[in-house]
Amino acid sequence: MEGNIYLYIFIMAGVTYLIRMAPLALVQREITSPFIKSFLFYVPYATLAAMTFPAILYSTASTTSALVGFAVALFMAYKKKSLLTVALAACAAVFVVERIIG
Amino acid sequence: MPQEGTAAAWKRGMKDGIPICLGYFAVSFTFGMMAVGQGLTVWEAVFISITNVTSAGQFAGLTLIAAGAPYYEMAITQLIINLRYCLMSFALSQKLQRNVPFFHRFLVAYGVTDEIFGVTVSQEGKVSPSYPYGAMSVAIPGWVLGTLAGAISGNLLPDFMVSALGIAIYGMFLAIIIPPATENKVVMKVVIGAMVMSGLFSFLPLLNRVSAGFVIIITTLLVAGVAAYLHPVEEASEGGR
Repeated sequence: MEGNIYLYIFIMAGVTYLIRMAPLALVQREITSPFIKSFLFYVPYATLAAMTFPAILYSTASTTSALVGFAVALFMAYKKKSLLTVALAACAAVFVVERIIG
Repeated sequence: MPQEGTAAAWKRGMKDGIPICLGYFAVSFTFGMMAVGQGLTVWEAVFISITNVTSAGQFAGLTLIAAGAPYYEMAITQLIINLRYCLMSFALSQKLQRNVPFFHRFLVAYGVTDEIFGVTVSQEGKVSPSYPYGAMSVAIPGWVLGTLAGAISGNLLPDFMVSALGIAIYGMFLAIIIPPATENKVVMKVVIGAMVMSGLFSFLPLLNRVSAGFVIIITTLLVAGVAAYLHPVEEASEGGR
């Protein structure tokens, strides 16, 4: 390591915090543009979907267990189970599959 | 409009923070192990997790620290990888109750992560800061303690447990996006479109060189933008989310 570790950490944390804070602090008023309102309505779905796939396939020790976990989570989510239930069911599926193919 | 009490919102946030906490523990455990492997002390690894609370940014930062990269490169890398938080905070600025003072906005900003954002925007109506605080109070300790545990010992959790917990966060994301998608055709198209697009970025040559953070930004802007252009949300249904 070359540079000062704490200066690195300060830069990392500072940049990251400013990105998070600026819109929350600056955008105080209610947005009325139908396009922007609609855009913001769809943002979470697009963001979370993009973050989930394909990353979920690499989130466990094997693609097989991840695929099964993915399928189980999709099914449980489709059945409108709670966040915790869906998450734990996916974990359990991965655990079982990895025991079997171990 | 009946307002939920502060304590109730906080409690709901804590409950939704549990799966986040589990997922965080698995990811930050790996981060802790890697950080120590790169020559950082246990305290430095934990300090990074306390001050940053972001996975991709921290992993990238770690490699830059290890490489002795120039400081400006660290700043630019963090900016690009974490720019998606800008979109999330923008959405949250509309989601928080109107009268929320600056003080709370500054604190909520600290906890804007993919996951905490995800559970917060999926709440009905306007959100009191107590909800994200509740989620943060459960999730962030998971992030920090996972880092500590990983940094102290690479063998604390057996591999199979780390592997099984790794999927927790994605299971939770699906639990957030799938139920509304089954009730709203456009949301379904947005979900599938975004998955296909980020899949293409991951599998196609050349496109797969784009960093993960950028893929999320491009996908979000394009898919949500097209959806908003083609299917503007009607006034009646827009109040809820």
